[in-house]
Amino acid sequence: MCSLALFPPPLPYGQTTVCESNNELLSGSSTEDQLKQDFSPPSLSFPRESLKLHSRTENSSKAAFLDHSETLWMRSAAAWRDGGLTGLLNEITNSHPEVPKWLSMSSGCILALLQWVSSFHGSLFPHLTLSSEDMIAEFSQVLNWSDCVVRAFAWHPHTDKFAVALLDDSIKIYNPKSATTPTLKHRLQRNVAVVQWKPLCASALAVGCQNCLLVWHVDPCSLSTRPSAGCAHVLSHPGHAPVTSIAWSPSGSLLVSASPMDTAMMVWDVAAESCVPLQRVGGGGVTFLSWSPDGSHVLASTPSALFRVWETRMWTCERWPCIKGRCQSGCWSPDGSRLLFTVQDEAVIYSLTFTNTPAAVPSGTSKGPHAAVVVADLSETTFSTPDGDIIVGGEIQSLAWDPRGERLAVLLKGDPRAADRSPIIAVFKTRVSPIFELLPCGFVQGEPGAEPRLMQFHPNFRHGALLTVCWSSGRITHVPFYFLSASIPRLGLSGSPTLPHVQERPADFANQSLFTEFIS
Amino acid sequence: MLRLLHLSAPLLARSALKRKSFMSIILFFLVICWRAAASIAWAVLLLPPSTAIFVILSKFSVLHPIQTISECFSMLTSATAIFSFILLCGVIIMVGFLNFEYYTVIPTIACSKIALFGQLLHPRQLVNSLVHCIMGMIVAWCSAVTIGFRYETLGHPCAQTDGYHQMCLNEYHLILLLGGAFVGFSHSLLGVIHNMNYVSFHTVQQYKYLRFKGCLPLVVKCSATQALYSVRNFIVVYYFLGYIPRTWICKTLNLHLGSSAHPLDSIAGLLDLSLLYHLWISATFLLFTWYITLLLFRIFLTEGYSFPVQSSFTEDADHCLPKVLTEKQPMILKFLALQDLALLSQHSPLRRCEVFSLSQPGGHPHNWNAISKECLSLLADLTQRLVAYHDTVATNGRAKSLSSGSERKTSSETSDFMSPRPTSPLTAPFTPDLDSPFMSPALRRLAAPVEQGSPWYGTVQSPHIMRRVKNFLAKRVLIVYLFNKLPEASSQALFADSQAHIWALEGLSYLVQASFSEDQFGVVQTTLPSILSCMLVLQEAVDRHFKLPHASSKPVRSTSSMGDSTYKTLRFALRATLKTAIYRITTTFGDHLNAVQLSAEHRKRLQQFLEYKE
Repeated sequence: MCSLALFPPPLPYGQTTVCESNNELLSGSSTEDQLKQDFSPPSLSFPRESLKLHSRTENSSKAAFLDHSETLWMRSAAAWRDGGLTGLLNEITNSHPEVPKWLSMSSGCILALLQWVSSFHGSLFPHLTLSSEDMIAEFSQVLNWSDCVVRAFAWHPHTDKFAVALLDDSIKIYNPKSATTPTLKHRLQRNVAVVQWKPLCASALAVGCQNCLLVWHVDPCSLSTRPSAGCAHVLSHPGHAPVTSIAWSPSGSLLVSASPMDTAMMVWDVAAESCVPLQRVGGGGVTFLSWSPDGSHVLASTPSALFRVWETRMWTCERWPCIKGRCQSGCWSPDGSRLLFTVQDEAVIYSLTFTNTPAAVPSGTSKGPHAAVVVADLSETTFSTPDGDIIVGGEIQSLAWDPRGERLAVLLKGDPRAADRSPIIAVFKTRVSPIFELLPCGFVQGEPGAEPRLMQFHPNFRHGALLTVCWSSGRITHVPFYFLSASIPRLGLSGSPTLPHVQERPADFANQSLFTEFIS
Repeated sequence: MLRLLHLSAPLLARSALKRKSFMSIILFFLVICWRAAASIAWAVLLLPPSTAIFVILSKFSVLHPIQTISECFSMLTSATAIFSFILLCGVIIMVGFLNFEYYTVIPTIACSKIALFGQLLHPRQLVNSLVHCIMGMIVAWCSAVTIGFRYETLGHPCAQTDGYHQMCLNEYHLILLLGGAFVGFSHSLLGVIHNMNYVSFHTVQQYKYLRFKGCLPLVVKCSATQALYSVRNFIVVYYFLGYIPRTWICKTLNLHLGSSAHPLDSIAGLLDLSLLYHLWISATFLLFTWYITLLLFRIFLTEGYSFPVQSSFTEDADHCLPKVLTEKQPMILKFLALQDLALLSQHSPLRRCEVFSLSQPGGHPHNWNAISKECLSLLADLTQRLVAYHDTVATNGRAKSLSSGSERKTSSETSDFMSPRPTSPLTAPFTPDLDSPFMSPALRRLAAPVEQGSPWYGTVQSPHIMRRVKNFLAKRVLIVYLFNKLPEASSQALFADSQAHIWALEGLSYLVQASFSEDQFGVVQTTLPSILSCMLVLQEAVDRHFKLPHASSKPVRSTSSMGDSTYKTLRFALRATLKTAIYRITTTFGDHLNAVQLSAEHRKRLQQFLEYKE
């Protein structure tokens, strides 16, 4: 087993990663050093000061008004509407001069009983005691979500436009071919955890937020900068909030959503606004979803040390118990045959392989592997640089694999308490076929003081791979990796098929490989 | 000799037709009846546990839990319990049979209140209501016997003032029986209003057991809430009209009214909590068993069925997918075949390979031709229907009724089989239209704007006031209420069978996508222009339709009902599927589509898709 020690050392202070070219990462002193290219997506910056944040934190405007006395019935009705059963019981218990003693006593007892039961439930699944905002922050793929200016980011799967969800609960859509940048705002769009564009569609954008799921229809030809709330469909199901992860099927027909509060994973037929809950015992919720690019499997991780891999033909699942912690992140190879995932509190990347059974066989369960294989060890490594020793490695926040399966980006959490261990992105070169290989590529670093928070690969960058990184400073930059594809360009969903390059050559990998299937 | 040949030619054709329909009947029996029977068998098998739970819940008393359990055991093993259980099995089989008899895959959508009344008063529906009424009473009798104590018998001996015994009416038994009949009747009525006989197909395929398990909480919730509402309505009815059946029963059975307790149609008598609980729990039990039967029937019927794409034996050729697809009746087989097509095009490379294959002698792509032709004709039919509808709306300023409009019949004569036809001949003239001859002249005057010559004209000039007057009239006149068109109902009716179109679109687009790499002989290429133009024309028609008022308004979703409201959103699903299907083809083929022969207008439209601007 090899480690991060094989990586080239991080850049000295003040240098930023610009691109990869000729098999090495180039750096520059400022972001303006970008190479000239035919496609350059806008690199944006959202300073925290420019956002108009909510001045009030709570939803209700009760505090601004004078208290006036209502009848018990009115107050009870309001409490029922706002707080449900517990609210009603609370109201009855607290207004004891007006209600008979036995009623306030009994409601107090019921309330205590309910709280005891919920605390018992909470001790089984500690995450249930979190507030919804903390819960999103805990299970989000974004590092330090609650403090992040850019809370979610999504490239359109077919075009060069992208959506950015900001701290002020608005979503902006940038299109390099269009001058208008529509801003999406909705009453229910609060604490956006995740956004994703619908495949095989130009306009639909799904947004997972605190209370519900929204599907926006943003007409690409429209010149309006503020699409009305009528363009959004609200999808909600009782008990299914906050939504921390969503995934569209690659064929664009279904949407799955997950909430850590709900043990069921929802499969939505968005146009019909109907959903099928898929419930299994164990786990205590669903936190992260990832649909394999070939559409055959869905990874669903839970807050417990357990994750499931669903097969999408008959919707049966395999249970995968982990030893240490919950599955934090995962990503699929382009052909859907390999799943890489990471586990909380562990600094390694695991791999699972799936072979698709011939679909003519009616049995839906695919014969999966029996155990996961460790493919990379990212435990802490010290690099000595001119600026002093830098420690890199540790826990992993998220994984991203480029659509051709040649670059794997790993966002390392670092340690917020230690100054020399800031979050960093490590990039691997990968090869999926004929054998799986993992080789070091380098670290992607931003401006001094900026920490990576969120990353995503462009779905169809023609010259290699394009990694988009959102930084803690509110800046969004794009790091291109120029290479010639070693594999035959895949047909199907990711853009129109291009002819194989004549001068194509397999990338000559560094002679020390981090992982190949021959070694393990 | 020649004459004989002339005579025999149509005869031969007819016999061939007969043979074909005979084969489809065999397939129907093999697949559908078997599924219905299996679902009924499962419903009967599930009856013992649900009965046991009902017995425990109905006899439960907090103060004597042990006694409850021993009572339940002795109850469950008694002879009357076994007899009533056999009765319950009979009821379940009957309910299952009615489900099978009345189910439909294309919902009947009433376009106005009067059409809805027509559906409710149709003889077939009346028979259904009556049978449900009787079955409700039987179930109520069984539950009365099961609950025991004061509900057990209809008569009980009571002492009169002069000393000798006579039989008195036990009103508790009667109210339970009538309650059961009422719940059964209202179940049948609500079945029509909520289209409960409509069987929808799910986009998410699941195993039967898992689907059943997932739906079970919903069934419990639905039956409990529906029982609550039904019991509430029943109590109101009984409060006002309860004396009629009571005196009638007393007269016919020569029973006396007990003078001791309160009569039950008084407020004091009905405020008996234990009685209300028993009414509610027996209504819940009744609805639960029936809903379970319905749920199992739906699950079994809509399970995917894998038809062979081609067969090496000629006698099996009628069971193959291309043949079943083109069959017109029964509709359920056609739907199953289309579902199978959509699934195979998405998931099975081996079966797709068979679709793209050439026939062994001759080398013709018969499978692909038959499948694509059928799918295209389905889509063309929908386009035609939409265009005709839009034209009538555009010319008259209001929509002509769907099913009574004669122009529709002629326009879609060629492929009429998929049209949403009303199940009853009664509903057809009741479909609303202000121009229809059904409307009386007086009514028409009421509904139409005020004419110039009328005395109204001089006095009321402001259009605002006129509108107010019209609204006033419309509100007052019951008949206008009855004949007024329900908004978006006509739109729903247009797309009532669109599940078939959705599958056709999915099947075609996935097959075309797969053909890019899998079609060795290029059989799909020959049909690609017609597929593209068909989809683009449909896209245009759908876009135009959604610009009409009410077409794009979303219906209110009702979650706590067993009625399936999928048909209300079918048009949105169709629109989304159509767009995705075109994108699937354009994304796969990309710039190669420039080589496909298309008209200039279609090419322009296709370019929009290629640039992701739709």
